[in-house]
Amino acid sequence: MAPDARSVAAVVEGAHRRHWSAVLASTVRLTRDIDLAEDCTQEAFVRALRTWPGAVPDNPAAWLTTVARREALDRLRRETTLRRKLPLLAVEVERSTPAVPGEEAADAPADLLRLVFTCCHPALAPESRVALTLRLMCGLTTAEVAGCLLIKESAAAARVTRAKKKIAAAKIPFRIPGPDELPQRLDAVLTVVHLVYTAGHTASGQDLRRTDLTGRAIDLARMLVMLMPEETEAAGLLALLLLTEARGDSRVGQDGELVLLADQDRDRWDSQLIAEGISRATAALQSGEGRFTLQAAIAGLHAIAPSWDTTDWRQVARMYDALMTRWPSAVVALNRVAARSLEPGADLRAMLDELELLAFEPALRAYCYLPATRADVLARLGRPAEASKAYDEALLLSVNETERRFLLRRKANLPS
Amino acid sequence: MTQYMFMLFDDESWHDNVSDESWQEAMQAHGAFAEAVEAAGARILDGKALEHSRSSTTVRNGSGGEEPLTTDGPFIETKEAIGGYYVIEAADLDQALALAAKCPSPIVEVRPVMDTSAAPDERGA
Repeated sequence: MAPDARSVAAVVEGAHRRHWSAVLASTVRLTRDIDLAEDCTQEAFVRALRTWPGAVPDNPAAWLTTVARREALDRLRRETTLRRKLPLLAVEVERSTPAVPGEEAADAPADLLRLVFTCCHPALAPESRVALTLRLMCGLTTAEVAGCLLIKESAAAARVTRAKKKIAAAKIPFRIPGPDELPQRLDAVLTVVHLVYTAGHTASGQDLRRTDLTGRAIDLARMLVMLMPEETEAAGLLALLLLTEARGDSRVGQDGELVLLADQDRDRWDSQLIAEGISRATAALQSGEGRFTLQAAIAGLHAIAPSWDTTDWRQVARMYDALMTRWPSAVVALNRVAARSLEPGADLRAMLDELELLAFEPALRAYCYLPATRADVLARLGRPAEASKAYDEALLLSVNETERRFLLRRKANLPS
Repeated sequence: MTQYMFMLFDDESWHDNVSDESWQEAMQAHGAFAEAVEAAGARILDGKALEHSRSSTTVRNGSGGEEPLTTDGPFIETKEAIGGYYVIEAADLDQALALAAKCPSPIVEVRPVMDTSAAPDERGA
């Protein structure tokens, strides 16, 4: 039965989302020219829209890859003389290089990894890595990339173009890093995926195009876990994203404002995402304690707590202890003290001393959660006047309305 | 293969009061670097150590036919100055960066050498 045009459009759209990067990656290895591969990949999807109303192929990914690569071979043959002098992408030499180009065995997983490691190469500017990943791995148009990153379309185009030019001119290779480079290079990839997620996550609930980014980031993390099942940090990142995503709806109140973790309606959290996140985080923790895995563990402890007050703060604090050794930063140090101050039987006076030391950290000088945490500890020590002053300090530093309302409410609840 | 220029930046005060022993050590480090390049299957095409940047002179030629302006010292005055360079032929940037990590200098800028035999619009960035 021939599907109608509307349902075919939906099928092609789904295939675009699922298979764009694999089709492109496989075509890049053939053309050694990212722009040409992009054109041919685009052409394959256009042809799918035309051809699939007859019958949707059993294996859309294979169909699209064949069409894109055939198109590339045609164009390469037509333009041989012109292309000969272009700087070609340095492609990792295959163990069995075939006599006829384009006839090598399909190695989709390896090509996808090569593409993602090229997009996230440390020799590219960090903002270009994000733009290039959205363009090449997620198949977004330049206008969509601009919308996602809240920059002008011309700026997004410039980032992508600059990155592609550097890849060609400096010969950034299309290859999977060797074992000695892998930890650092993988961390760069995971950081980009995390940035993509954060860009979507900080967008408010109304902006659907940007919140779709969180789904894109989760897709990328899933792909990395599938391609590198032995890399626990990839699993840790996926767990972290799932557990953060699980709180999705409850982060926005009825008035469209952000709701802080302490005040979220936990019944609205997505239990299925939490279950998957917890099981992945637990598995990742067993084989390593990287920074994403530890952050996932912390998100997991929040996710399984029935309320803010009944959170297992002791365990949260232990995870921040570990995170402090793997990923030391002033913000992690503050979160660690905050978690320890909430442990049952915490030595609040000692916590206050630690918070006062943290005030010397330049990174925390304008960070409202430092005085807010101090205010909280002072209130619990029965020193409401000082707590009130600390809340005022926090209010001066706060930049968003939700935080201000939270702080004002806390301040109002102090005993007079 | 692509050619890369490694620009070696270091703190020049080291040169002002270097002992014979440290100098020998530095020379040995560069010898070991040359061996590492060969072992990686790459090649050193050229390499020189440069005199102190205070011996440098900068000529600004301008663009509108002004007289060239000659000033004492390097173009950019910083704590670290270019103390030497290598031109290395490597397979790709990953290999070049791996070699730069073995180069005995605190800062190494890696820049591809332009292939001037290609037509202008076919050159890289």
